[in-house]
Amino acid sequence: MTETKSALSSAKRAKGAVERVMNIVFLVCGLASILCVAAITIYMVVSGLPAIREVGLWEFLTGTVWAPTAENPQFGILPMILTSILGTLGAVIVGVPLGVLTAVFICYLAPKRTQTFLTSAVELLAGIPSVIYGLVGVTLLSPFVAGVFDLPSGASLFTSIVVLAIMILPTIVSVTITSLRAVPQEYYDGSLALGATSMTSIFKMNIRAAKSGIITGIVLGMGRAIGETMAIIMVSGNVVNMPNLFGSVRFLTTGIVSEMSYASGLHREALFSIGLILFIFIFAINLILTGILKKGAKQ
Amino acid sequence: MTVNTAARQATAVARRPRSLTETRIRPLDIFLRCISVLAGAVTLFLVAGLIVYILAKGLPGVTWKFLTTEESALNRTYGILPNIINTAYIIVITLLVAAPLGVGGAIYLNEYAKRGRLTKVIEFTTEALAGIPSIIYGLFGMMVFNNTFGFGYSIISGCLTLAIMVLPTIIRTTQEALRTVPTGYREGAAGLGASKWHTIRTILIPCCKGGIITSLILSIGRIVGESAALIFTAGIAANLPSNWLTHAGTSGATFAVQLYQYADQGRNDVSFAIAAVLILVVLAINLLARLCGGRKKA
Amino acid sequence: MNDKMIATNLDFYYGQTHALKDVTLPIKERRVTAFIGPSGCGKSTFLRTLNRMNDLIEGTRVEGTILLDGEDIYGPRVDVTTLRKRVGMVFQRPNPFPMSIYDNIAYGPRLHGIRKKSELDAIVEQSLQGAALFDEIKDRLKKSALSLSGGQQQRLCIARALAVEPEVLLMDEPTAALDPISTQKVEELILELKQHYTVAIVTHNMQQAARVSDFTAFFLVGEMVEFGETQQVFHDPADKRTADYIGGRFG
Repeated sequence: MTETKSALSSAKRAKGAVERVMNIVFLVCGLASILCVAAITIYMVVSGLPAIREVGLWEFLTGTVWAPTAENPQFGILPMILTSILGTLGAVIVGVPLGVLTAVFICYLAPKRTQTFLTSAVELLAGIPSVIYGLVGVTLLSPFVAGVFDLPSGASLFTSIVVLAIMILPTIVSVTITSLRAVPQEYYDGSLALGATSMTSIFKMNIRAAKSGIITGIVLGMGRAIGETMAIIMVSGNVVNMPNLFGSVRFLTTGIVSEMSYASGLHREALFSIGLILFIFIFAINLILTGILKKGAKQ
Repeated sequence: MTVNTAARQATAVARRPRSLTETRIRPLDIFLRCISVLAGAVTLFLVAGLIVYILAKGLPGVTWKFLTTEESALNRTYGILPNIINTAYIIVITLLVAAPLGVGGAIYLNEYAKRGRLTKVIEFTTEALAGIPSIIYGLFGMMVFNNTFGFGYSIISGCLTLAIMVLPTIIRTTQEALRTVPTGYREGAAGLGASKWHTIRTILIPCCKGGIITSLILSIGRIVGESAALIFTAGIAANLPSNWLTHAGTSGATFAVQLYQYADQGRNDVSFAIAAVLILVVLAINLLARLCGGRKKA
Repeated sequence: MNDKMIATNLDFYYGQTHALKDVTLPIKERRVTAFIGPSGCGKSTFLRTLNRMNDLIEGTRVEGTILLDGEDIYGPRVDVTTLRKRVGMVFQRPNPFPMSIYDNIAYGPRLHGIRKKSELDAIVEQSLQGAALFDEIKDRLKKSALSLSGGQQQRLCIARALAVEPEVLLMDEPTAALDPISTQKVEELILELKQHYTVAIVTHNMQQAARVSDFTAFFLVGEMVEFGETQQVFHDPADKRTADYIGGRFG
């Protein structure tokens, strides 16, 4: 009797130990995300601050001359900041209407078969690597833009915006589809019953009801656009100019890649500072996103 | 109500019902319909155009020799065998690191953690990781793995960097799969005296196998296409491994990185050949992910 | 007493299912007509054929005619939106739109081209008064319609339907999702509405049909078994099946 009892309890103890160990193992896995984000934040800040301290924050952010290898080096990144912001906004202005309308087409107008086909086509677009966009941009789009607008070179902010708009398209389309599908049928029916046509109901009722979801998609797309590097490095021209739609420009992201391989000393540190500024932008976008989602959840 | 009644009668007199068959042209309606159809067509054209263009320009360059040799400056031939090997290394090692962490994290969130501040923070940071662009991962990986850990430009640095990058994909997809497992299964197992870990091992993980595999396939998709995060970490070398074991410690470029290298040097023909291979891989991955997803639903 | 609408030899199919069989039925002008019958008998389907809401469902087919003031609503060149403007509908579950109370009511008039603020204000007030809701909520017209109680939401939906000045108002079990007090308010409203509107109402509640309607049609498995004045249908049904159903429900 006592023997079975002790056997039971020892088995229980062994089991308990395994349970405890696994509990800790899973906890550690769960904490991995936090650890990574913390480490990335710390590293970005620590490596980004020295150059900013040396150059001066104001000078760094508002200086318009980037001449890191000059005899008297200057580190002003305002042109890159503005280029990144304008490029992102441009991508949103081009990509969002196209994406939302495509979603409307997929959800309400396309025949069943076209619907599934187009949905998978959009998914595929999301899977195409950045470098391929860059390659097609430089061989096809850039010469095309140069020809149409009669420019010496098609590598410009405009070309980059087109590439970025295509890249954020899948995000916008899929998020919009999801939120349109979540709009209760009753709203649509109610609108029709008041004598609205189906198109008016879609645009005045369903899109309105799906608004917060669509905005989430836009913000996600902005995050993707502002962080994109390899797709635009070959089509932006890569000269540090104040942004001009048809001029050669350099983004924050491409600024880092194009000089990292040979930079040293303060120059290299300044590139990390650019990384920090970019990181802050991304962080802000993330916060906005969380804010929207929270507000959406409340409604 | 009475005042209102009078007003209503007045309008009722003024109102003459419109005949049902009176034709009305609604320009706004037609316009909205047209631009929606046009947008769908443009999107479709973009996708189809991109793929056809890349395959048309790239496939002729994809020969058996191209896939099975390395670049030879002497013979002026191009080959991407080293890149294929590097990509395989990176996929395998990245997933070996990321899969247990990601699946474990998802299990922790779904099965162990009580809803509260900690899970909120974990979920927020997972979202944040998903939003961080490749270039930042590249900088971070270079600082931590290349410099602090002293790995230098090496495949292993690249893998560790990418492991962090694909973590959110694995966590989220696995979480979704875990949510589809009915609570009844867990309660049933608990009722039989199974411990939590036992339930996870014997019931939850087998049930979620499809979801976990889907998450790994999606991760492979990201790894294969990645470039910005790898240039600074895994580097750009394209050598055949001299030693299969130590190869992970040496610099090595994947397809995508190699594609960029050639494009940067103006060797667009070679870039397109690699792009065609990449597109085929992406297509295959999409198809596979769909098959797994389909099985999950069934 | 005119026939505002009249269905003649109406057959309706959902795919292979023959949902309405040879229904012939008038809807009298400025009267309340109730459709009763067990669930699945086709009464809601019939109601939805009256403003062609069934068009939305794929694989449906209609044979026979329905006339509105002598015009066939299933005729070849009919503009469905004009039909739905003239034949409004209130659904079983209150479906206020996710916008303010004001915008809910103004939605229809705006669709039909009314832009002037003063005009819209007047319509909103009139319609809310018409639905006996104005006094309750006049101070919060800018608040979200979703903040109203279920009964208020349903009356808001009625007001919204009135705002486009329909001639016929179709109500699909309008009180099914409401509590008894709200139900009573809606019933009072229906009696009020028939002064100006032609009303057709589907209900599963016998007492309700007896209270609010002038005419009653009894449906059974897709057939219209009996139609007549409510008094007669309830107290002296001509068909045995009607008598059984009403007897069973009342007795």
